[in-house]
Amino acid sequence: MSAALLSNLIVAALVALAIGLAWLVRRRPLWRASARELWRRRPIALAVLGLYACVALLDAVSWVGGQAPDTAAGTSLLAHPRSVVDRLFPADFQERSYSAPLADVEFYGGFKLLHPGAHLLGTDIIGRDVLHQTLRGARVALLIGGLTSLIAIPLALLLGVGAGWLGGRFDDLVFFLISTLASMPSLLLLVALVMVLGTGTAQVCLALGVTGWVGLCRLVRAETLKLRELDYVKAARVLGASDLAIVLRHVLPNLGHLVLISFVLMFSGLVLSEVMLSWLGLGLDGSWGRMIDQARTELSRQPLVWWNLFSASIALFGLILAANLVADALRDVLDPRTATERE
Amino acid sequence: MIAFILRRLAFGAATVGGVLTFLFMLFFLYATPEDMARRALGDKAPPQAISTWIANHGYDRPLAWNPDAPADTLLVEHFRRSLSFDFGRSDADGMPIYQRIREGVGPSLALTLPLFVLGLLFSVALGLVVATFRDSYIDRAGLVLCVLTMSLSILLYIIGGQWLLGTVLRWFPVSGFDTDPAMLLRFVALPVLVGVFVSFGEQTRFYRTLFVEETSRDYVRTARAKGCGDGRVMWRHVLPNALIPIVTHVVVAIPLLFTGSILLESFFGIPGLGSMTVEAIHGNDFATLRAMVFLGSLLFIAAQIATDVLYTLLDPRIRLG
Repeated sequence: MSAALLSNLIVAALVALAIGLAWLVRRRPLWRASARELWRRRPIALAVLGLYACVALLDAVSWVGGQAPDTAAGTSLLAHPRSVVDRLFPADFQERSYSAPLADVEFYGGFKLLHPGAHLLGTDIIGRDVLHQTLRGARVALLIGGLTSLIAIPLALLLGVGAGWLGGRFDDLVFFLISTLASMPSLLLLVALVMVLGTGTAQVCLALGVTGWVGLCRLVRAETLKLRELDYVKAARVLGASDLAIVLRHVLPNLGHLVLISFVLMFSGLVLSEVMLSWLGLGLDGSWGRMIDQARTELSRQPLVWWNLFSASIALFGLILAANLVADALRDVLDPRTATERE
Repeated sequence: MIAFILRRLAFGAATVGGVLTFLFMLFFLYATPEDMARRALGDKAPPQAISTWIANHGYDRPLAWNPDAPADTLLVEHFRRSLSFDFGRSDADGMPIYQRIREGVGPSLALTLPLFVLGLLFSVALGLVVATFRDSYIDRAGLVLCVLTMSLSILLYIIGGQWLLGTVLRWFPVSGFDTDPAMLLRFVALPVLVGVFVSFGEQTRFYRTLFVEETSRDYVRTARAKGCGDGRVMWRHVLPNALIPIVTHVVVAIPLLFTGSILLESFFGIPGLGSMTVEAIHGNDFATLRAMVFLGSLLFIAAQIATDVLYTLLDPRIRLG
């Protein structure tokens, strides 16, 4: 039960973080103007992203118990904690094999279903509801994006700002590290890392993080080098501010837009990378990549089974498209160059 | 100039050393030879079989420290063999890796070379068109198309392309390979088509940004002032000046042609290096994977050096101190 409790706590923390951020954004006029502008440009994409986030968070809140199904084998189905998303479906919502969307009978053989006409997107090879699986994929996708960013962004900021600010030997070292990692073909490096580290969630996210921080680090380093020479930084130094104070007060806030844009761009890249890892047999359980990988052979069946591939692809496409559109809009809104053109 | 090239080469060599050290840490320190043996032979293998496996693959040396014979360690051996392209035998089936790489380069290039050329021409042309009509409906439609195609997973392109053009419409064979040129064209057409579709969104956006940036320069305004039409401005003035970033962007992508495309090759049954890598992944063949990562980064580093040198040759504004 501790895993369920932990995930509930994480959801609470995330919600608190989101509320706190919203409050911060409301209080600062510049941030508020940017947020408004972003919402004005991409309301639908932002709403879609929010919807995905809600589904993912609701799927992470789980507890034990609930109404036992009258027909099923008893209360054993209720022994495990079930999430809010799971509770949208009956506890025994499983058939024996494929069934087409809203069908009354099984796809092969024509046996009667336990829940005729109730599977909106059909069932997969072992009879699980495809809509349910698709909704659960949102949590996996957000977990990949979130956990990996949690590894990659602090690392990139620490090394990038350090290299740009301190210069000298440390800069040489970081630059060498970046060049080394960047010179390895990214997909091959990713595969090698996952093979060596293993295929758990944490390991896959670690591998994605190791390959993902390099680009952001390079950007952060270059920007820090630029910021270091600006007048207000020099002024702060003349006024006697310590290095740490300047970095925290003047450098980091001015890197915020880079981090935000990179985060959204990285997010869609990470989810797509997981799809490829899934196909190589190195992905995460329950991800859309897994569903697509399983659905690959279904297209060659006669008659063909399309709903599995269709649902996972649409869910994936929606998330990536929304993230890409938001990333573009963010870049337009936050990049000082384009922001001044707008006026 | 010579000093610059020498310095660049030295840094390249250091990066190669860094890559080799990283691979050593990953494949020998983190995953020890014993782990590799267990993966290859299974968890229930007797200790005898595991030590034989380790000895057979030459992994029965001290890791990095051997007081009796300082050169006889895994670290030294790893560097020596990698740098002399003696990759040894596969961990999975004992085939010599170097020979398989040599056999795989041909089929890989048969796929990636046309893909590269067509993709480049297509994206540059589309980027030029979109940039010419920037801020018009053509531009917006082009950008929407780019974002849409970028948002689909490459797996979906492959699965969809194979199913629609191969199985349903029967325009192309679904997968396969042949060395006969006419047959080769038939087999390679579909993966090339899919590959162009996968990459053109991102590439076109990149080239559009380049061209749009270039059109805000003074010389473009001068050209317009003397009466040049849109087509002539873009074709005669903007394109040649944008060639420098295009070349630097393109040259860096060339090494990837040799390592092949993992997804396209294995889906379309092309026996290149990509397929070999997939086989290595499924067979827990660490030696082959190691060799591929090393070769890939070696080619990439070489291409980067070439780009830097080319850059200084192409752009007379760059003076080397």
